[in-house]
Amino acid sequence: MSGSITFSSVQSIRGSLMVIKTNGKLGYEELVEIELSNGEKRLGRSLQVSEDIAVVEVFEGTQGLSPRDVKVRFLGRPLELPVSNELLGRIFDGLGRPIDNMPEPVGSEELDINGKILNPYKREYPDEFIQTGVSVIDGMLSMVRGQKLPIFSGSGLPHDMLAAQIARQATIAKGEEFAVVFAAIGVPADTAIFFRRELEESGALKRSVLFLNLAEDPAVERIVTPRVALTAAEYLAFEEGYHVLAILTDMTNYGEALREISMMREEVPSRRGYPGYLYTDLATIFERSGRITGRKGSLTQLPILSMPADDITHPIPDLTAYITEGQIVLGKELYHKGIYPPVNVLMSLSRLMKDGVGEGKTRADHKELSDQLYNSYSKAMEIRSLAEIVGEEGIPESSKKYLQFADAFEKKFIKQDPYENRDIDTTLNIAWDVLSILPESEWTNISEKSKKVYMSVVQKRNL
Amino acid sequence: MKIKGRITEVKGTVVKASGVSGIQMNEMVKVGEMGLIGEVVRVEGDSAYVQVYEFTTGLKPGEPVEGLGSPLSVTLAPGIVGNIYDGLQRPLSTLEGYTISRGYTAEAVDINKTWHFVPVVKPGIKVQGGEKIGYVEETELIRHYIMIPPNVSGTLAYVAPEGDYKVTDQIAEVQDSKKQSVSMLQRWAVRIPRPIKRRLVASEPLITGQRVIDTFFPLAKGGSAAVPGGFGTGKTVLLHQMASWANSRVVVYVGCGERGNEMVELLKTFPKLNDPISGKPIMQKSIMIANTSNMPVAAREASIYVGITLAEYYRDMGYDSLMLADSTSRWAEALREISGRLEEIPAEEGYPSYLASRIASFYERAGYVETLSGDFGSVSIIGAVSPPGGDFTEPVTTHTLRYVKAFWLLDPNLAYSRHYPAVNWVSSYSSYVESLSEWWSLNVSDEFETLRKKALDILFKEESLRNIVRLLGPEVLPEDEKLLLEAANMLKEGFLKQNAYHEVDRYTPPLVQYYLLKLIISFYEKAKEKLTEGATVEEIRSSPLYLEVIRARFNVKSKEDFDAIMKKVMEF
Ligand SMILES: Nc1ncnc2c1ncn2[C@@H]1O[C@H](COP(=O)(O)OP(=O)(O)OP(=O)(O)O)[C@@H](O)[C@H]1O
Ligand SMILES: Nc1ncnc2c1ncn2[C@@H]1O[C@H](COP(=O)(O)OP(=O)(O)OP(=O)(O)O)[C@@H](O)[C@H]1O
Ligand SMILES: [Mg+2]
Ligand SMILES: [Mg+2]
Repeated sequence: MSGSITFSSVQSIRGSLMVIKTNGKLGYEELVEIELSNGEKRLGRSLQVSEDIAVVEVFEGTQGLSPRDVKVRFLGRPLELPVSNELLGRIFDGLGRPIDNMPEPVGSEELDINGKILNPYKREYPDEFIQTGVSVIDGMLSMVRGQKLPIFSGSGLPHDMLAAQIARQATIAKGEEFAVVFAAIGVPADTAIFFRRELEESGALKRSVLFLNLAEDPAVERIVTPRVALTAAEYLAFEEGYHVLAILTDMTNYGEALREISMMREEVPSRRGYPGYLYTDLATIFERSGRITGRKGSLTQLPILSMPADDITHPIPDLTAYITEGQIVLGKELYHKGIYPPVNVLMSLSRLMKDGVGEGKTRADHKELSDQLYNSYSKAMEIRSLAEIVGEEGIPESSKKYLQFADAFEKKFIKQDPYENRDIDTTLNIAWDVLSILPESEWTNISEKSKKVYMSVVQKRNL
Repeated sequence: MKIKGRITEVKGTVVKASGVSGIQMNEMVKVGEMGLIGEVVRVEGDSAYVQVYEFTTGLKPGEPVEGLGSPLSVTLAPGIVGNIYDGLQRPLSTLEGYTISRGYTAEAVDINKTWHFVPVVKPGIKVQGGEKIGYVEETELIRHYIMIPPNVSGTLAYVAPEGDYKVTDQIAEVQDSKKQSVSMLQRWAVRIPRPIKRRLVASEPLITGQRVIDTFFPLAKGGSAAVPGGFGTGKTVLLHQMASWANSRVVVYVGCGERGNEMVELLKTFPKLNDPISGKPIMQKSIMIANTSNMPVAAREASIYVGITLAEYYRDMGYDSLMLADSTSRWAEALREISGRLEEIPAEEGYPSYLASRIASFYERAGYVETLSGDFGSVSIIGAVSPPGGDFTEPVTTHTLRYVKAFWLLDPNLAYSRHYPAVNWVSSYSSYVESLSEWWSLNVSDEFETLRKKALDILFKEESLRNIVRLLGPEVLPEDEKLLLEAANMLKEGFLKQNAYHEVDRYTPPLVQYYLLKLIISFYEKAKEKLTEGATVEEIRSSPLYLEVIRARFNVKSKEDFDAIMKKVMEF
């Protein structure tokens, strides 16, 4: 802990912001410690500094604070997290302080939670397939190591179940180390308990770090929770060589906390009251993922966010999808049909799939097959909605096959048990089964080469 | 004398300094003990506001601020091509470690490297700014002409003999009222367009190899175009395709506030992809500027100007440059953020009132021109636009569409159904169609324009039939209209869709674009005949030739390939 320690007084308090006297001694984004007369201590960070005063956000909120009876101390440093291997197996609060009744881990270094900008030139292009064992993901939305791929969900949908299934099933080659960094951002306690139990039961807890800012915890703290978690994740990935999966839930709560502070600062809002810098701010979180040339580990992000009113154009999902490398969208329609995972395939996308699949990675027929399934399923959805209006008589004979195809695609390919782990061969073979409901004249994306793969799949089955 | 003051306020990346009287608007400054770089964006009495190009964490009131005496400028010299820079033209490839630390400085080009200079003029002649005095071979694709800086003219007193020189060595001397030394390195302030002799009207297409664009909504060399589209609709893939295949001599790709991995993708593929004309790796004609979304916004605002200035510099040598900006919306957001921190009164959605004029003057820097040295060169600009919520009525999209002469609107419904590129063929537009049609008829086929019109006609008719189908189903339509739906389907599947990741499909030369169009239209006309002879649409559709014509885009590379299928169509 370096820097001068100065005491100061508070001028005014407004929401979770405080204006304090500084005499120019406080740097931008540096920490202050606020001590109440009863000895309680809170942490704050400057948002704006000038020669005499500074605006400070108080992470634990300002309830019970009175300008007269608090002391403010300048810590002379930004918010930092002590990092080391000892983070694994530990549980922290949203600011990175242990809450598991164990001592503060000994850090080999203290890192600024804002991280440093990765030099794009030193990034390695992510192209290593992660088999999650979930057909709709592996087959249609393949994930690669170092990707940032969020789950967009709605209330009551099984996003936690799906994220936990991915964390459990994501396979790793022998000799490699896997770690999970979990950040709860304003979610109910039972969500955190659910993830903890899932990690425990799969034996991954000792390979996990948990950062918990729960619904009852202060909202301002949410601004830093994902950054603290990613600081741990980056360290484990790029310095310790782990393949890290970072689950951040729920990023919508993060966005709302950001809006709250922006409103208190009386900034000019852009859409729906969110600050104009929401995109940039989210990018400083989501871009903290990837692989680095010459380093062993990788950092894959699986953020979860609930779409307010199921609206994908809401600023938080919208800007998230502008930053992440695709999105897995869950939908009520499939959920009500009893299909788990209820992934809306057409709204979903994995942008890094193209280089992570194919010969030598998954299978030579993978790309064409998934292209074809996308094409056919989207055509089937058009026919399905048409059939709902004009009735099955109103559609040509050749279109009726599409209705069968769509049903099979949903019930055989997408649908699976939360504890069922399908390997990529199984996934692609089911895909062929489903596609073969359509006559070959409809396979506009399938080359002769892939048809041969298909034939061999069929032959193997018949043996 | 340098102006020195001190920080009085820090608010995000905007810093207020006092004691800096005499500092100029847009002057570069060094801020704080760390020496962060910034630019003056407002002057008030002896105070100035500085937008800092780096994160300001830890900056304190009282720390020093120093004016550097010149506006934000780029280095123009051999060695730029093939490089990747940040938004301030600092090279990213020479940085130690895997992160970018604050306050780092580096030369844009290697100043120790020698280049083989060949003079093309002799001393004694009168020279003007922009005149070529010699060249070096910068890459196998770029002969880099050394030009007299635009603001220098007089009698050429000295030209270096052929030989190897560093970029900072004197290679010429111009005598005017005083002697001026000229090296291979020049500086240019990025916010000022480089001068030209005059603007001309472009009549040659910028061939991109992307069928929906070249055939239906073309861009001329020296033209400007925008690609608005919501997330995931294919802007970046389309821009990468343009960078890869367009028949421009130089490509400047600016990743402005977008993903780091997308820049890596370019770095990974460009050395391996060959330019369709020269057969050489396109890395040899590309310049990349990476200001990723997690980098500070002020540098993002600057990156666009750095990019366009580099494009202009190569234009001045007589080349066709292509500048791609992904995404101009992030640039506009940077303007908004800086404006907000300066507490300017916002116009629409928090954007400053000068948003429209900034967009206009950016696209104005495109053009087909006669250069100062009397050559012909061009800068074409293609900008991606990322409207929030996919809403095309938002300020950045609406203002951009006012100033560009072609736009390709990406349609989320096409993207969701994996129709890529998701260019909507009803609402997209190009004002270059007419001026370029002569080029197509002279260089490709005089039948091309007719085929193009027929194809558009089919697509537009389908659009109106679709409304009926949506309500009543296709079965109510008479056979000839059902056949028209099939023809539209063939155009979509066999022409408009184009897979960026398929070895053949990703790039279609103009002649092959004509072949594919010809196959589909001929098949349709043949099918119409068969219909009158009593065949049903269902029969036509299930014939193997239907699929073969649709799949021609994956298979037809030559006239022979075309003739073989065309023969079957004629015999159909
Ligand atoms: N021509 C194409 N061929 C094949 N796939 C394509 C094509 N165009 C787009 N895609 C697919 O769409 C995805 C999204 O495209 P892209 O990244 O270009 O979107 P974008 O409009 O740039 O999105 P954002 O605004 O979020 O950056 C790609 O990852 C790719 O899977
Ligand atoms: N439109 C494009 N722009 C830039 N690079 C591309 C484009 N399309 C393909 N590439 C790159 O060119 C190379 C060959 O691509 P291609 O799509 O032909 O092979 P592929 O189908 O990916 O083959 P495989 O299945 O063996 O991986 C790859 O490195 C790919 O990333
Ligand atoms: Mg490949
Ligand atoms: Mg993009």
